[in-house]
Parts: sequence; structure tokens; C-alpha cells
Amino acid sequence: MAIKQLSIFVENREGTLVEVTDAIAKAEVDIRAMSVADTNDFGIFRLIVTDYDKAKASLEEANCFVSITEVVGVAVEDKPGALAKVVKLLAEHNINIEYMYAFITVSKQFAYVVLRVADNAAAEKILVENGVSLVSEEDIANL
Amino acid sequence: MQRHYYQPDAETMPVNEIKKLQEYKLVHQVRYVYENVEYYRKLMDEKGLKPEDITCLDDIRKLPFLSKADLRDAYPYGMLATDIKNCVRIQSTSGTTGRRVVAFYTQNDVDMWEECCARAIVAAGGSAGDVVQVAYGYGLFTGGSGLHGGSHKVGCLTLPMSSGNTDRQIQFMMDLRSTILCCTPSYAAYIGESLKERGYAPGANSLKAGIFGAEPWTEEMRRDIQNSLGIKAYDIYGLTETSGPGVAFECECQKGMHINEDHFLAEIIDPDTGEVLPEGEKGELVFTALDKEAFPLLRYRTRDITYLTREKCSCGRTFIRMHKPMGRSDDMMIIRGVNVFPSQIETVLLNEGYTPNYQIIVDRVNNTDTFDINVEMLPEDFSDTPKIITTKEKKLQGAMKTMLGINPKIHLVAPKTIARSEGKAVRVIDKRKRLGINT
Ligand SMILES: [Zn+2]
Repeated sequence: MAIKQLSIFVENREGTLVEVTDAIAKAEVDIRAMSVADTNDFGIFRLIVTDYDKAKASLEEANCFVSITEVVGVAVEDKPGALAKVVKLLAEHNINIEYMYAFITVSKQFAYVVLRVADNAAAEKILVENGVSLVSEEDIANL
Repeated sequence: MQRHYYQPDAETMPVNEIKKLQEYKLVHQVRYVYENVEYYRKLMDEKGLKPEDITCLDDIRKLPFLSKADLRDAYPYGMLATDIKNCVRIQSTSGTTGRRVVAFYTQNDVDMWEECCARAIVAAGGSAGDVVQVAYGYGLFTGGSGLHGGSHKVGCLTLPMSSGNTDRQIQFMMDLRSTILCCTPSYAAYIGESLKERGYAPGANSLKAGIFGAEPWTEEMRRDIQNSLGIKAYDIYGLTETSGPGVAFECECQKGMHINEDHFLAEIIDPDTGEVLPEGEKGELVFTALDKEAFPLLRYRTRDITYLTREKCSCGRTFIRMHKPMGRSDDMMIIRGVNVFPSQIETVLLNEGYTPNYQIIVDRVNNTDTFDINVEMLPEDFSDTPKIITTKEKKLQGAMKTMLGINPKIHLVAPKTIARSEGKAVRVIDKRKRLGINT
């Protein structure tokens, strides 16, 4: 159920983000969610895309350094307190969220969120048991 | 004090006899090379020289020099003086300064080389019953196989560890009670630090001596290694071109390395004019191999700067001594007053599991040298968080500090992004040069 996330290593110099976004555009792949983690030296550009195989191939063609990580996609209702409920639920079960970020696209009913935890399966089990809907790769493609 | 030599007849031969032997061998070797190596024959012909023009030691000055560039030109078989069917071994340089030099050996060549290494081991106090841990790299590099063969000849128990895997080195050293360690000085320093980190006192190991070479090192480094390992550290010299380590070796006096003059004739020349300099003067070291069969070498310019002395050595050996060459000017950097050799950085990278693809950037900001090293990360080290990378950078920085004595800033970069180059120049970008600082 976990969804695949592309991580791209980018040096902190001009033009690197252009190279990345160009490569994605060239692959005719849509970006559904993204976030950047950076230090003084480098950044890691994280992406959820509609076709990660195609995106990865195109990025590597452009000499980008890419790795794939599995993350949990969660659909939270678009109302106050919905995200807090998810975070609390995981905290209660001692599941630490390393980072999270939101999808760019939202449906009328749901906001989609990416969660990075150490144990995807455990997090998913707890969330599903507590009535939280997960996002599948199919959902992403159909957004 | 009882004297120990591996081949006392040679090692303590009176100087006039050494010279007679060298003269005899030189005259024969020049003819042998002229008749069997077309490349060198052409060089002699260009000078209008015939083998019969070489009749005494002084006549060597008439012979043309060989340089590393010649050996590269002649790659791979151009310097081979005998049929392949007479050869039993190939060794090669690392090729870090360009195209590799490939050297060939007949069985006699291998025996001569290993005997030279055996002399070095005996001079360092080795004999049957010693456990010799060879932590030089094996394979094409001459360090491993040279000392390995020498250790066999002396009759020592030989531990063919090769380089790297420091945990295993230390475990074997402790469990098997190694008494002599052979490796590069930077690796010896690294092992010393690693022992300390693991809580071992300098006297906790069974080592009594180390034979260290293949890269330039300082007297300070010798002191550090001797203290951290609790041993006496001996220098050894050699080049793949001349056979490998063992061309010259240190005795217990630790005052320069005795050159195995029955096999190698050394000259010191003015590197600019090629003129031979008198004994004691500093210049470029030039070697002539007197009896090599497969890959003979006449007047090979080593690019090492040193000087020779025939002053009597209290060890009883009569072979001339060469002072420790302090590396080639193109290799060493002085950063924040500390001598830094790229080979030390390579050693750390290999020990820490990285590829030796790196780039050193030195600059001067606010009157202080900045020292940055870009290193390619391993693909498996990259994931989705910066923390993994920054943690790795800190660990590598610590290992560099241990080896170099100064703290570089480490930047892990994406794999295959540092230009692969033939020359060493790209390994080091010294921006201080634009400031006119003589580095
Ligand atoms: Zn001596």
C-alpha cells in the first residue's frame, strides 16, 4: 500500500532545481507532491509523481542522483482537526513521523498528506484500524 | 652487539669491490639492453653511442636518461627485453599520474626483488619465528607481493592481510601476535590511532618493528607511529619501475636507506641540466638496474629529490645510503602549516569504504587556509533525509583529522560527479595560487 517517493540529491548551486524540474517535464510526468530538505551544502528534493519509473529514468538521463523510498499516503478529511487526529494516533502508538508534507492537488473532500515513518506497515495498520483512508499509487495517478 | 644481515657477503662488501662488481654488471647490462630493447637502442643510436663505448662506471654519464614518459610511450611491451615465455610476473603502477607503467619479471628478477626485501626485513630485526603482517595492498601494486616474498625468504610466518579492513587487521595483529608490520606509513599511523580508539596501550601489541614505504613521510610521522604502536619504524624505498620496494632499506641506525648497490646503481643529477652531482649534494635520484632481465632500466629518473652519503654506517653495511626523499613537489601541500599528501587522503577514503574519487579545494580566507574535500558518496548511502549524509560527513572528517592532524570540511557529493582525470592536477584545486602564495 505504501507509495513510492523519489528523492533527488541537489547541490546548492544555481540551476540544479531547473535540471530536476526539466527532467520531470520531459518525462511528461506530473508532480503530485513535493518538499525540499536542505543543509548549507546540499538539498534533497522529494517528489510524489504520477509515474515514478518514467521520472526516475528521465532524471538519471539528466545525471541526477535519485533514490526511491516508500512513504505512507494519507487522505485526511478537509476539516479542522483531521490532520491532528492522524498525528496523535501515531504518537500514541510510538510511531515517530520523520517528516510530512502535503500534496499540491486536493480533492473536494480530502487533503492528501505524505508521512515518512520508520515502519510503514505498522503505521498503515494503525491508521486503517482507526478509520483513516490511505492513498494508493492508483489514487495518485487518478488525481 | 651481534650483527644480522640477510646476505652478509653482499651487504658488507668492501666499497672498491662493490664498484668493481657494478662496473662489470653495467658493461654487460648496457650491451644486453642495446641488443634487446629497441626503444633504448634508438635512444643510444641518436647519441651515436655503441655498447662498446661503455667500459667503466664513469661512462654511465654518456647514456641517455629514461623518464616515466618513456615508459608510458613504450607501454605495454616496448621495454620488454626478453621473450614473454621467460617472464613469470607483471606488476603495475596505480596510474594516478597518467597511463600505467607495467613492469615484467623473470623468475630471477622476482628472486632478486624478494631478496632485497628480505634484506630489509632482516635489517629491521626480522628472522624465522617472526610474524610478518603484510598490510600493503596486494595485486598489481608491488608493496604486498614484494614484502610477502621477502618475508618468505627470511622464513617468517607471513600474514598476507593486504590493506584496509582495519578491524580485521587489529584482530589478527592481536590474536596472532604479529611482530613486524609492513604497510604505508599513513596506514600505520591510522592503525596506531585505531588501536588507541579501541583502548589499547602502545605496548599492548606484540609488534617490535614496522617497514613502511611507498609514500613520502616525515620524521615527525615516524615519531608518532613509533609512539602509537610502540615499535621501531623503518623506511623502505622502491618503485614499480625498478622492481618494487627494497631498492633501498633502513638499518637500525635509521639514518638513511642503504641502496642495494649490487643490483642498483644510484646517481644524483641536477634535474634541470642532467649533470651528475657529487656525493652529498641534493638533486634528482636516478637509478640503473644492473641485472634485471625482463624490464631493464638504465638511468631512470625517479623525480625524487634526495642526496647520497657513503659515510661509514655503524650497522656494518657498506652500501651507500640515500636520505629519505621528501616526495615530489607536485604532490605535497602545506595547509595551515601542515604537510598534506593526497596519498594520505586516499588511504582514509579507502579505509572508510569510499572510492578514491575526491577533490581537494584549498583557499585562503581572512589569512586562514580553508581546506575542503569533495568525496563521492556511495549510492547506498543516499536516501531521503540529509541526516544520513551529514552523519557520514562528520565520521569521515574525524578519520581525516586523525590521519592529517588538521580538520578538513567534507562534502559528500553525488556519485560519478567528480571528473575522472588522468592527471593529479584536478585532484587538488589550490586557489591560494591566485594570491601569489607559494604553496
Ligand atoms: Zn646502516
